[in-house]
Amino acid sequence: MTMDKKVSAIINKYEGDRSQLVSILQDIQAEYYYLPQKTLIQVSETMAIPASRVYDVATFFRAFSLEPRGKHLINVCQGTACHVRGAARVLEQLERSLCVKRGETTKDRKFTLETVNCMGCCAVGPAVKIDGDYFGQMSTDKVDNILTKF
Amino acid sequence: MPTKLNSKQDLEALQKELANKRGTGKPLITVCNGTACHPYGCAQVIESFNQELSKQGLENKVDLRTTGCHGLCEKGPIVVVQPGDIFYQQVKPGDVPEILSETIVKGNIIDRLLHTDPITGSKVVHRQEIPFYKKQKRNILGNNTEINPIKIEDYIAIGGYTALAKALFEMTPEQIIEEIKHSGLRGRGGAGFPTGTKWESCRHAPGDIKYVIVNADEGDPGAYANEGLLSGNPHSVLEGLIIGAYAIGAHQGYVYVRNEYPLALANITTALNQAQQLGLLGDNILGSGFNFTVRINRGGGAFVCGESTALMASLEGKVGEPRAKYVHTVEKGLWNRPSDLNNVETWSNVPVIINKGADWYRTLGTDGSKGTKIFSLVGKINNTGLVEVPMGIPLREIIYDIGGGIREGKKFKAVQTGGPSGGCLPESLLDLPVDFDELTKAGSMMGSGGMIVMDETTCMVDVAKYFLTFLEEESCGKCVPCREGVKRMRQILNDITEGKGNEEDIDLLERLSATLADSSLCALGATAPNPVITTIRYFKDEYEAHIKEKRCPAGVCKALIHYYIIEEKCPGCGLCVTACPQEAITSMGKKKPVVLDESKCIKCGACYDVCKLGAVGKE
Repeated sequence: MTMDKKVSAIINKYEGDRSQLVSILQDIQAEYYYLPQKTLIQVSETMAIPASRVYDVATFFRAFSLEPRGKHLINVCQGTACHVRGAARVLEQLERSLCVKRGETTKDRKFTLETVNCMGCCAVGPAVKIDGDYFGQMSTDKVDNILTKF
Repeated sequence: MPTKLNSKQDLEALQKELANKRGTGKPLITVCNGTACHPYGCAQVIESFNQELSKQGLENKVDLRTTGCHGLCEKGPIVVVQPGDIFYQQVKPGDVPEILSETIVKGNIIDRLLHTDPITGSKVVHRQEIPFYKKQKRNILGNNTEINPIKIEDYIAIGGYTALAKALFEMTPEQIIEEIKHSGLRGRGGAGFPTGTKWESCRHAPGDIKYVIVNADEGDPGAYANEGLLSGNPHSVLEGLIIGAYAIGAHQGYVYVRNEYPLALANITTALNQAQQLGLLGDNILGSGFNFTVRINRGGGAFVCGESTALMASLEGKVGEPRAKYVHTVEKGLWNRPSDLNNVETWSNVPVIINKGADWYRTLGTDGSKGTKIFSLVGKINNTGLVEVPMGIPLREIIYDIGGGIREGKKFKAVQTGGPSGGCLPESLLDLPVDFDELTKAGSMMGSGGMIVMDETTCMVDVAKYFLTFLEEESCGKCVPCREGVKRMRQILNDITEGKGNEEDIDLLERLSATLADSSLCALGATAPNPVITTIRYFKDEYEAHIKEKRCPAGVCKALIHYYIIEEKCPGCGLCVTACPQEAITSMGKKKPVVLDESKCIKCGACYDVCKLGAVGKE
């Protein structure tokens, strides 16, 4: 399916309901791993929402990315429970291992490294999620081992 | 899936039928499928049970139930075997054949899978005898272990939606509001506003179209109580919401869920569809003439959207910016219409109050805070997990009796409640009864139920900086005090943790705090200083050590610490040599301690993490 047909299908799923803008953008991002500019313009035109407003929403929420992302999305939890158990060190180790900073994508487009404020598995922190897989009780020495699984 | 229910009698008949089906007398294996058990591989354990049951020819002789969060997340995956209430923890797929052949078939207990009480060191067989569960009062969370959250049949079998039927057929909206008011239920989202009063204001607000909303945007980092409830028992939230809608006179509801909670989102979506199919949502609910529909909206990872006006703006498809609340949302909220917003846990309390009565509910808790509260007990504590306790229980009982004390025998330093709007409470306040008013008096707050325990290795200045960094990122930027004030405070804290602080900084932080509290547009900015104020109030000596002595007593702030090798403990195994990304550690041969070159060290802590002999020190 072409990009514009896919986006139309997503908008139709929500019956073009403007109040569902965040959900619509979530679905588009789930499809392309980021929000391509073309899709934002299409959403604006189809749903009669000013492009500035679509851009406003797309840049307000930290879940959205306007830059292409890698094949695998790494989310390093920086919630309080993870923080007191050393989440910052885990993030730094991932940055060193992948040679990227938080928010960046590796040169080979394999991984994008992002942080998240809480994933709801505080009891097993520090937690890292790669795509749909959760890893608990992380420490710097476990990082490389986990990356090789992808 | 049962057919549509057209009356109260239909529901009662179905409940009877389903309850009978449950009481088969077959052994029952319950496996936790909650979010926190996933990193431990609960999905593989469940798969293994399915395979092994058919392999051992037991599939028709044993019931297997996958459930939501059991609470003792630290020890997941959790398996409970009935009859006997036998509690197994940290179960691996490899343990499954033995659980079936030994415990199910022969009735033998498998010792190695039992829970060990961290205080006494003794093994415990039955779930109810585990200290973690003993002092809890699981009125709301308790059903998590009894039902498969994606089966409405399970929820109905244990009496689900009977409160709704009671509300629709035996009570007027006014009576329901009166009951909720009398129960003393206060909002579980943080501020603790009386729920019944809020409902009453919304009911009386002028306007024909009204909305009810579930706030499931649990943004407090370190809190996952709502996640555990919404993913583990979504119908209880929905049932509360429908009762509230009927009482208020709303016909449209919304559930605003964090997108970071995929399991909760999936389960509430399933629950919604099932309730619709059974006629518990939609037109003419149970033949009562009451119409009500619900939509699910997903958040986008903005903390400020937990604030009512910001959440409502987001529901309208706008950015989640709050507005000043001189006109309350119960009068003009979503689309400028009267709107009632309550937290997941608040809604979940409603069916319990309707079924058991406000008088019963009032017997739990303190004068000003009735009922129970769910906390996410996490951090440097032995039994991390979700706990539900009666209001008024002392902090000490939660941390030591339920939580099993501090990990690795370390010393308790502080407990943080209320998320970024809350504060850190010291050891001297451990006997504080936990309720809305006492926590506020101590400078913290209830919040949505995060309770993060910190030990001697947690730096309180770093914690304050952590929260301010969080809030700086999450500030929507609409008002100046929050946008600029939080940033300045974070910069000052940054300087202090880097050894660049000076003696006026504490005073400056306190003055900025007062300005933010007085002049911010919404609660995010107004309460942002709380982590700073409480850490200064209770841990001033740590600030002073950073500022005057350029020292981080907890050994956290990178600029103020250094790593070193404790020679007498180091066998020269070389693990740290491999782990060091800077080649700062050199092996000196077998059985000789390694040498660390401090000029190359970037203080990443890799050597510290990898050494299990404690031969790497930091100070």
